[in-house]
Amino acid sequence: MASKKDFVKFDKVDKSYDGKVLVVKDLQLDIAEGEFITMLGPSGSGKTTCLMMLAGFETPTNGEIYLDGKAISSIPPHKRGIGMVFQNYALFPHMTVYENLAFPLRVRKIPKDEADKKIDKALSMVSLQGFAARMPGQLSGGQQQRVAVARSLVFDPQLVLMDEPLGALDKNLRESMQYEIKHIHESIGVTVVYVTHDQSEALTMSNRIAVFNDGKVQQLSSPDELYEKPVNSFVAEFIGENNTFGGEVSDISGGKCKVKLANAEILANPISVKGKGERTTVSLRPERALINPSTKMDNLHKGKIEEVIYHGDHTRVRINLLGNPEFILKVPNSSSNLDIKLGNEINIGWNSDDARALDPK
Amino acid sequence: MSSEIKQILTTDGIPLEVSLKKAERKNKIKAFLLVAPLLLFLIITYVFPIGDMLFRSVDDKMVTQMLPKTFKAMENWDGQELPDEEVFAAFHEDFIKLVEDKREGKLSTQLNYTKNGFKSIIKKLRRASKKFEEGNYKEQIMSVHKRWADVEYWRAIQRRAPEFTAQKYLKGMDMYVNEEGKIVSVEEDRRIHRVLWLRTLEIAFFVTVFCFLMAYPIAHLLATLPMKYSNLLMICVLLPFWTSLLVRTASWMILLQQQGIVNDFFVGIGLVADDNRPEMMYNKTGSYVAMTQILLPFMVLPLYSVMKTISPSLMRAGKSLGGTPFVAFWKVYFPLTIPGIGAGCLLVFILAIGYYITPALVGGASGTLISNQIAFHMKSTLDWSFASAMGLMLLSGVLVIYWLYNKIVGIDNIKLG
Repeated sequence: MASKKDFVKFDKVDKSYDGKVLVVKDLQLDIAEGEFITMLGPSGSGKTTCLMMLAGFETPTNGEIYLDGKAISSIPPHKRGIGMVFQNYALFPHMTVYENLAFPLRVRKIPKDEADKKIDKALSMVSLQGFAARMPGQLSGGQQQRVAVARSLVFDPQLVLMDEPLGALDKNLRESMQYEIKHIHESIGVTVVYVTHDQSEALTMSNRIAVFNDGKVQQLSSPDELYEKPVNSFVAEFIGENNTFGGEVSDISGGKCKVKLANAEILANPISVKGKGERTTVSLRPERALINPSTKMDNLHKGKIEEVIYHGDHTRVRINLLGNPEFILKVPNSSSNLDIKLGNEINIGWNSDDARALDPK
Repeated sequence: MSSEIKQILTTDGIPLEVSLKKAERKNKIKAFLLVAPLLLFLIITYVFPIGDMLFRSVDDKMVTQMLPKTFKAMENWDGQELPDEEVFAAFHEDFIKLVEDKREGKLSTQLNYTKNGFKSIIKKLRRASKKFEEGNYKEQIMSVHKRWADVEYWRAIQRRAPEFTAQKYLKGMDMYVNEEGKIVSVEEDRRIHRVLWLRTLEIAFFVTVFCFLMAYPIAHLLATLPMKYSNLLMICVLLPFWTSLLVRTASWMILLQQQGIVNDFFVGIGLVADDNRPEMMYNKTGSYVAMTQILLPFMVLPLYSVMKTISPSLMRAGKSLGGTPFVAFWKVYFPLTIPGIGAGCLLVFILAIGYYITPALVGGASGTLISNQIAFHMKSTLDWSFASAMGLMLLSGVLVIYWLYNKIVGIDNIKLG
């Protein structure tokens, strides 16, 4: 399936709307053929601008975008052959579902019988057979969303862009649509560039995630790597939950470093610190820390339970640990015999490998 | 099946429907009282005048009431030969009464509308009738003037018997009922109303087209420009509304006259010779230009309100799916603006069809519309029933257009704002 590593290539792309502020800074991004890549970031981080430049609705201020080896900055949107799903679906309200799907085929002058086959196929792909004669206004939000997806795929584009397509749906529907879109992607092997600000959506669906902040890609990697091994504190903070300790590196040797906090010292994994005396923020995922660990761990400290919140499958425990009153632990509810009570002092341990010493916040 | 449906009761045992009605009655009364003043106002200012207009346009009681006995006697007359003594005697009786009341002049005017030549013979009859002897009125009346012995004139009287008449409507279409009781057109050189109707339709149609062509891009700009500029543009569109219609029309007169600014400009850029300045006023051109400008906001506003609701992502979607900008516009954007186009066109057309001041001032002889004719009959000839008839014809024309629009586009598909 995946043949070209740089099917889509952003080459040193800058974008500014007003000539004063760069919305996208020196973007360098390769997207492989057949890949599902997500641009993730807070609003205003430049991710949608990137998508719009790829679709052709915005032009790069500097640099070039290549699609399948061809520079596309001078190609108008309708000649790029890129499918797109918009934030609010952008279904044509005066056309039936069938006509909506037929639109891209008609402008390409595809014969009617062939077009009908394609439309049938696209509708069955999103399990909306029998809805062809409906008007978009007669469909629920989720159905409209599926029509929008079907419409973006019906003319067999090599690349599909999705701009926060699930933003308007409620939580349950959003989750089931995530799987649906993922399965469609897997079954037809189209390249998808997906924009969202919802990290769980990004983690569920993507092959790779590009985390945007401040007009730059902070990290581009697979979901697990992004979660397990964030390269800077923005990514660590933005993706998932995160416990942090701010301190100063006091020793660094043998793939480990000592970080001096206000009133203690912890062992950590030096990621972006190079030498002694550097300021750093140590990041630790809540599930990596254990209460009363049975195995030996190289960090073991006492903390006081400040708050216990029941979450069904797990319990969140907020602990005042080493001067950080916001230290969060997730305890699976099966481990019943732990002594989790408000005000108790407990032992908390973690491996220094999981405590990543990143750039200071 | 229906027997199984149980009546739903409230906890007090009252049927739910009854209880609901009772609960809502108070609100309904309140709501009605709130709209009642407006309803009353509408009835007084709108329904009554239109009803009165309708009545006036067909009312022909005047002659019926002046000659009651004559018409009663005429009921048995076949209209072929001269009527017999009974009719003449009845006519004499009615006529004497009219002379006593000094109303015979009105009768002569009215009968003269129906057939020329009544004025003089009624004058003669009045003088002669003083010396009439009792009995054999037929001979005596016929001897007053030979027209009284002409069956045509008696038929003309008979035609005025009905209390209601459509003759004003026929007149509005340049038609009349001739001696044989058939509806025919007036002579070619006297047909003035048909030309006016056609011209009214023509001017209203083209003004609508011009307004549409100009308003569409403006409305699109208004809907898509950033707030800062669109507000300014909106003020420019609305500015004419803040100026009196008369002032605007007068300023067009200044612009369009032969020694006016527009002509000066044309001469200045060498488009026309100084001694051959085109006439742009007191003809159709004047009506077109001034009416288009004045009615433009009525097209812009409905279009704008519709365009404002069209998401820009629809055009983008059209383009990203492979439509050229034109295809995306024509297949996606344009169909979505149809409700606004319909509303704007209907509004402008209906306003244009009844336009009065502007064509009266800048239209001249070839640019006046039917409304100017109505005004003429209201003010100059005082033939109010004819003015009413034409007003109603105009109104029914508008209703026909509205009906056609509903058939073709659908009235729920209209959006005024």
